[in-house]
Amino acid sequence: MTDRLIEFVGLLRDHGINAGPSETIDAAEAMVALGISDRKRLRSGMAACLLRRNGQRTVFDQLFDLYFLTAEAPQPAAPSTPESIDALRDRLVSALAQDDSRTVTELARQALTELGGYGGLGTGQTSGPVTTASGAGWSSYLTMKALQPEDLVDRIVAGMSGTSQLDTTVHTIEANRRLTEFRAAVQTEARLRSAQLRGTEYIARRGVESSTDQIDFLGAREQDLAEMRRLVHPLARKLATRLAVRRRKAVRGRIDLRRTLRRSMSTGGVPIAPVLRARKHGRPDLVILADLSGSVTGFAEFTLHLIQALQDQFSKVRSFGFIDTCDEITNFFTPGEPPSLGTAARIIRSTNVARFGSSNYGEAFQGFLDNYVDALGPRTSVLILGDARTNRTDPNLAALQTIRDRAKHAYWLNPEPSRSWSTGDSAAHAYAECVTMHECRNVKQLTEVVARLLPA
Amino acid sequence: MSKFFSSVDEVTGRLTEAGYLPSLDIATAVFLAGHLGKPLLIEGPAGVGKTELAKAVATATTSDLVRLQCYEGIDEARALYEWNHAKQLLRITATDNESWDSTRDHVFTEEFLLARPLLAAIRSPRSTVLLIDELDKADVELEGLLLEVLGDYQVSIPELGTVTAVRKPFVIVTSNANRELSEALKRRCLYLHIDYPTAELERAIVRMRVPELDEALGEPVVRVVGALRQLSLRKAPSIAETVDWAKTLVALGARNLTGNVVRSTLGVLLKYQSDHRTAVERLGLLDPDLPSTTRGKP
Repeated sequence: MTDRLIEFVGLLRDHGINAGPSETIDAAEAMVALGISDRKRLRSGMAACLLRRNGQRTVFDQLFDLYFLTAEAPQPAAPSTPESIDALRDRLVSALAQDDSRTVTELARQALTELGGYGGLGTGQTSGPVTTASGAGWSSYLTMKALQPEDLVDRIVAGMSGTSQLDTTVHTIEANRRLTEFRAAVQTEARLRSAQLRGTEYIARRGVESSTDQIDFLGAREQDLAEMRRLVHPLARKLATRLAVRRRKAVRGRIDLRRTLRRSMSTGGVPIAPVLRARKHGRPDLVILADLSGSVTGFAEFTLHLIQALQDQFSKVRSFGFIDTCDEITNFFTPGEPPSLGTAARIIRSTNVARFGSSNYGEAFQGFLDNYVDALGPRTSVLILGDARTNRTDPNLAALQTIRDRAKHAYWLNPEPSRSWSTGDSAAHAYAECVTMHECRNVKQLTEVVARLLPA
Repeated sequence: MSKFFSSVDEVTGRLTEAGYLPSLDIATAVFLAGHLGKPLLIEGPAGVGKTELAKAVATATTSDLVRLQCYEGIDEARALYEWNHAKQLLRITATDNESWDSTRDHVFTEEFLLARPLLAAIRSPRSTVLLIDELDKADVELEGLLLEVLGDYQVSIPELGTVTAVRKPFVIVTSNANRELSEALKRRCLYLHIDYPTAELERAIVRMRVPELDEALGEPVVRVVGALRQLSLRKAPSIAETVDWAKTLVALGARNLTGNVVRSTLGVLLKYQSDHRTAVERLGLLDPDLPSTTRGKP
């Protein structure tokens, strides 16, 4: 069991959960104290010992299932006469309507057996020992494709008690949530069986979803974005408090010589009480320049949330969007309300951010300088968000240089991995020489950037 | 050191008696914290019962609860100890014909030490639960201070020496994750993330906290709250709000949960206007009697 634990911790580290030796010792003690017969309890206990932040639990659960549930992993049911898909769906509807979790798990298992096998599995042939080479396996994707559980929502809702309008809407939301659970159950089951076929190691390294803070902005899906939104807000808040602290520290101890001498008149010219310079109520200004083009859709969606969050925290934020020209988009955000879906599309429709629709950084920077240069001042920080892919047009470094010179700071967050900067049509390195550019592919890196930009 | 609990089941049983229904994660983490003698760091959204858990553990183990509420700018003198300068001065002036050495030795003794929560918890001979609440609100420096207390259960006082715990307290640290706590601190703790409970558990909690609520209402109440949590809101309702809402419904004498009742009491659950609007829209709570201009306003 010790070996298994060490191996498990090693895998966790591969997936970005850095548990040290002391945590491993704790986990071992937990295993002794809790016993290993009750897997659920063991899972809770080991999570308490090995995890350190929210968002790691999903990955942990997947790996835990692989490592500690395989012993009781279900044998694929002998391929019997396949029940018709409709009958299976009927049973699923009634199980989900009653929230009968045991039956749901059972059905997930059965559905996978009947619908999810490929390469000779589950098709009625007695499959011999399967090797990696044979290409056989279990797929939750195939299962879902055959089962089409999305169409079942209405029937599940009908299966739950309650008739009023309110009941129906509430039940629809609930039914969707239960379906998500069912989908997760099928996925877990598929992973477990694949692990049996291919060996735990293989699946654990390839088939585990990464935790939310490590999902690439560029490839993010709708459900990831929702999770990311939750992570972005505290970051903006952090950024704001950092700036506030810095202001407070900076205003101490400057002596106003003129007023000190003036006051010393009453003591015969001896400056007994020094007068401190009055605090200037300067607020930091923030100007955001955001690429809204199609190549960075996932990022743009996230960018809007970051802009929103920053506008909530700072009093003076002006936001500008650009694709091939630049226009102000500050008013698209209402304080305290997350941008609704499709805000990006609405912006592109109703403002002048795009003329031709493919990004042109040089034009956009020039446009900003021509029309909005008054937004920049000696206290302004400029934040540029984009991938620096200019479609082989003139990058117009001079314009960026001017922007930087007119502002106090300028930072660039690039959602592409730094190794692909300056490949193809990217002008990232040229720009990076002018403005500090940070690779910012996921929430984790954003966190680091925020911490580095503004050391406490 | 005496263990606080002897098994996970005992934790569940005794916390339930104390009026707190723990999930399996919570019960296991509490048991391990007591068993391994490590502090328990609890994170999670506001109102899911982090502080309540500390209180319940204190009640369940018949321990004293020592609470350190953190805030921005809290310092050593507020958290650990300070010297009672006034009393020290009195002592010095009261005995004028004493030598310097003996005065010095007398002035820095326990008599003149004002123990603040951390030191009080360490020195207490009784069984103690130390709650360090909302640590994310305090500055980073305080974490450094806590490392010694949480790691070795001791406090170094330059004038006195090191005070070691007579009896290790059960330490619970809570945080709303507004700020990332330092790795060093996290390494010394067990970690527990409390999330919104399952529908079943939440029903049980509502039943326990608001027994007056109509039996038939418990189910829909929890389900509506669950649906609200699925919407994308700025601040999803937590258990505290569910309980408040149940109490509100009792006070109003509501028999069944109609759209009207939900809409008029939405303020108990949601604290932002934009959230109200989202909820009204998505749950179809529009009042058909109202003229369309006022629609959408809670």
